[in-house]
This record gives sequence, structure tokens and C-alpha cells, in this order.
Amino acid sequence: MNEPETIIRFVDVSKIYPLPAGDVVALDHVDLEIEAGEFVAVMGPSGSGKSTLLNLIGCLDTPSSGTLSIKGKDIGTLSDDDLTRLRRDHIGFIFQQFNLIPLLDVIENVEFPRVLKERRSGCDEACLELLDAVGLEPELHTHRPAELSGGQQQRVAIARALINEPEILLADEPTGNLDTKTGEGIMDLLTQMNRRGKTIIMVTHDTNIAAYAHRRVHLVDGRIA
Amino acid sequence: MIFFSFATRNLRRHMVRSFLATLGIVIGVFAIASLGVMGNSINLLAAGLIADVGDTVVITPHTALGGEGFVGDPRTMVAATISEADVDRIERAAGGNPVVAVVEEAADLRVGNEGGYAQVIGLATDDIPDLLDLSEGNYLRPGSPAALVGSVLAEEYGIRAGSRIALGDEEMRVAGVLEERGFAFDINPDYAVVIERDRFREQFPEKKGYDYVVITVADPDEMEGVKAAVENLMNRRDETVDVTDSRESLNQVNEIYDAMGRFLLGIGAVSLVIAAVSILNVMIISVTERRHEIGVMRSIGALRGEVMRMFLYEALVLGIAGSLIGGALSFVGGYVISLAAIAVFTAGTTFAEGATVFDPLSVAYILGAMLFGVVTSVAAGVYPAWQAAQMTPIEALRG
Repeated sequence: MNEPETIIRFVDVSKIYPLPAGDVVALDHVDLEIEAGEFVAVMGPSGSGKSTLLNLIGCLDTPSSGTLSIKGKDIGTLSDDDLTRLRRDHIGFIFQQFNLIPLLDVIENVEFPRVLKERRSGCDEACLELLDAVGLEPELHTHRPAELSGGQQQRVAIARALINEPEILLADEPTGNLDTKTGEGIMDLLTQMNRRGKTIIMVTHDTNIAAYAHRRVHLVDGRIA
Repeated sequence: MIFFSFATRNLRRHMVRSFLATLGIVIGVFAIASLGVMGNSINLLAAGLIADVGDTVVITPHTALGGEGFVGDPRTMVAATISEADVDRIERAAGGNPVVAVVEEAADLRVGNEGGYAQVIGLATDDIPDLLDLSEGNYLRPGSPAALVGSVLAEEYGIRAGSRIALGDEEMRVAGVLEERGFAFDINPDYAVVIERDRFREQFPEKKGYDYVVITVADPDEMEGVKAAVENLMNRRDETVDVTDSRESLNQVNEIYDAMGRFLLGIGAVSLVIAAVSILNVMIISVTERRHEIGVMRSIGALRGEVMRMFLYEALVLGIAGSLIGGALSFVGGYVISLAAIAVFTAGTTFAEGATVFDPLSVAYILGAMLFGVVTSVAAGVYPAWQAAQMTPIEALRG
């Protein structure tokens, strides 16, 4: 590895959700730096702000105060379209519920982010290689998500997250809906991607799963413990 | 293009719902197009049927007698005639323009073995060439016992110049066949037999006076003057005659047709509005149902505009599908309606040959209705699509 570069930087970031019953402080003055190539597990009980942290890194939301820089860009200053482009080109999402698009078959799901980015479709080598890399059998390529098992869907979702060659992979309980053995397979895959240089930030409350990461960040009541 | 494919796949996923939404557009487009075509066909037919009568003033007995009877009472209508003295006065008022007094009666007509009823018109032999054109044979000479036969009647019975016909008990020779005239506001000879007025008096001795008087006004500018003079002379004390001019009557008829066409189009437009509401409804349901999917798309990099486009495509596809089906149906429907209209309006005439179903204006109505259908559909999709695009990814992902 070359000199580590800080790819994500939280400086005094708070996230407050105003609710009629009173403001909810989801993140409370968080400072955090993550370097390129790290594999970070974010842990903590429910309501500790794990998902909020991940949503902010994923540019799905912006801080209420403080500065969050992703790849050197202060996301608080970006427009909705710029945030979307940052997400599309540099960040891959892996969800607990897999979140494949039911109308599209495996190949189409995988290439969808690239179609959004490059406005061209058509399965090419990169797409097939990815599906091969995540271990999905070619005969499943034309199946719809509903016809796949949970493990197979998550593999497709990982291939989709990787198609635009993002530097950052965000995983929200990636094994939460899978049995232990399948979960291990998915974690091996993530480890492999991390070795290839992807920065991975994974939310989990499973210590066994967190053990795959290099670093663990514990959140309690919106603060890093 | 993937968004377009998304749209079509989603519509196919909810086949029944999409079909029902499309049905609204189909009905709307069909209604506008076929009603437009119908209105246009009727107009075309009417224009073909109504003779270009030029500028004539028609004077009929005033039938609305106060006190006894009622307006249109058949007794007063049958009884009312214009007397010889009245005709003289009308002639004075006409100021040199040709005045033709007409008597009519229905009679049995026999041609060979066939028989039926026909209108018999009595005219002075001098007046006939002023009003009517011949398609074959000759006009009647003064005192001639022969007859002229209207075109439709001639066609129906195969009558030619030189044929023999019988009116009631009277046998007579046909001197000539008249040119087709169409529906006119003065004289309608197409389904009639024209004979000399003296012969008419002999044959129908109980018939007194005249049924109507036609003044052919050479200079259109004199029209009002002639009408006023007749009114002044005839109706000063009592309302004895009605005076109408053919051009005014024609305009009135055209106005009625125009109003009818607008009314039909209005009905069509209302059905399109209903279609728009149903599309709006379907699209709002679709957006609500697909919140989560929208969230996923947004989180993996779909821009707001792209999400909006996807839903607009859905509305577009619904609109195009509905308009194509509706357009095709109205093409067929318009054809059937027009044929029916032709059959009804031209029964017993030869005008049907001239009435075209695929008039450019009818085709324009169909294309216009289809365009309107597509535009309506897309317009109905704008709000739901905007709603979908405005959702933040997190909101949407929560479902």
C-alpha cells in the first residue's frame, strides 16, 4: 500500500432529526477519519446512530452541523444531483435486505448503476467477471431476484455495488438476513474486495462478523465510545 | 432507454391495472375522434344534400293562427294557402324579380307494374326553366299534358324521357328528367313529378290557391328590400304569410350542425378528463407502491430527473397505447357511423356516392384526438412523477 489517504473525514458532525415530540440527536459531535483501504466495522446497539453514520457516508443524507468530507468534498455543500453522482461513481451500497430491483434480472441489476453512469447497457466482460467473482452460477444470470436464495441475492447485490468500481463499499448488516454459513461466504467476499483495495464500512451488531474488519468503531447514543 | 424499459415492465407487471387505465384513454380518444368524425360526416353530408339555392325568398302561408288551432295544427296547415290575389300583390312587391307560385299534392304513381306515392308539383310552364334544370328530355310546352320527373324518382322506377307513367287515373308521357337538386328551402323536385299548373288544377280540383311562392332575387343586395316589401304588403294588418330567405335558413342549419359538433366534442373532452383522473390515480398508486424501489434506485445513483422520467414514460406508454387503440377503434367506428349516417341522410338519393368517410378533416379529428390522448396522459403523470422524484432516498428506502 502507498501512503494512506483519508477518504472519509467527520469533523464535529452532528445529525439532528426534528420530530414533533422533540429533536432526536442521532449523531452527537462525531469526529472520525477513515483511510482508503480500511475495513471498518461500525457497532453499537439499536438507535446508537450506526445507520445515520452510514447514510451520511453514503451521501443519502447531509449533516445538521459540522463537516463531512468524502474524497475531499464537503457533502454539506453539494446539490442533490451532485450527491447522487458522488454516490453513483464512488460508493457501492450493500443492504441487509439486498434491495435488488425486482423488475430486472440478475445481469440487468448488476449493470444498472453503470447504465446510470455511462448511459449504455449490454452485458460485457466486466459484468460477467464480477458475477463470476461473487460466485454466481451463469445459469442464474437471467433469473429475477425473486427466483434467487438470500445468499445468491446478496452476491448479486455485491456485484452491483462493485460495477462502477467505487472506492468505498458501504454494507448495512450484510449478513443480517442470511444463515451463518452463507454469511461467512459473503464476509469472505467482502474481505477479498478489501484486499483489492476497496474501503469498506460495515454496520453490524454481530461481533463474529465484526471480527472480519480491521477496525471497530463503537457508537453509543450518537457518540463514538 | 433502461427507464423506458422499466416503465413498460412495470406496466406489464400490473397488467389489469394498466389495462384499465388505458381503457380510459381509449374511451376518451374514441369519443373525441368518432364524435368529431360523426359531426364532420354529418356536416359534409348536409353540405352535399342542401342545394345551393342561391338567393331566393320563400313565402309560405302563416300557419300560427291565434284563437283556434295551435302552431303546426295539421288542419290549419292543410287549409292555409296563398290566394291568386296574394300572388299578384307579392308580384308587385317583388319589384321585377321572377315570382313563381307553386302548388303541391301527393298522388298515386304507377310506372308499369310498380306503384307508390309521389309528390306532384304544379308550375306554370314559363316558370319551370327559371327554377329547375333538365338532365334529359325537354321542358313542358304550354298546354302540354306531359310530365317532368325528379331524378331520384326517375332512378327508382327507371323512368326516362319518353317513358309513360300514371298519376292517379291520368296516364301521361314523361317529357324530361330533372337534374338532382338536393334538399332546398324552396322547391324539392327530386322525388316529385312536375306537371303544368292547369293540368294540376284539372287533376286536383279541390285544391285552391298556392302552397308557396318563390321569388328569385337576382341582386343579393335587394334581398332585404324584397323581404321587407312583401312583409309590408302582406302582413300589415294580419300575419298572413311567413317570409324566409334561403341563405338565412341555410346559415341557421349550418349553425345547428356546428353547435352539434361542438357538443359532441365536449362530451369526448369530458371523457378524456375522466381518463386523466384514472391515470393520475394509477400513477399515484404506482409511486406509493414503489417507494422502496425508488429509494434503492436513488441510493445506487439514479438522479431525480431520471426517476421522474421513468414515471413520465409510464404515463406516455399508457397514453400511446390508449391512443393507438382508441384511434384504431374510432377509425373503424367513424367509418361505421358515417356509413350509417350516409344511409339515413341520403336514403333514396344518389348523394351517398359523393359522401366520403375518409375526409381529411375526419382523419385530422382522429389524429388530433390521439395527440390529445397522449398529452392528457402525460400531463396526468406529471404530478405523480414529480412526487416520486421529490422523495429523499432515505424516506423512500424506509418504504
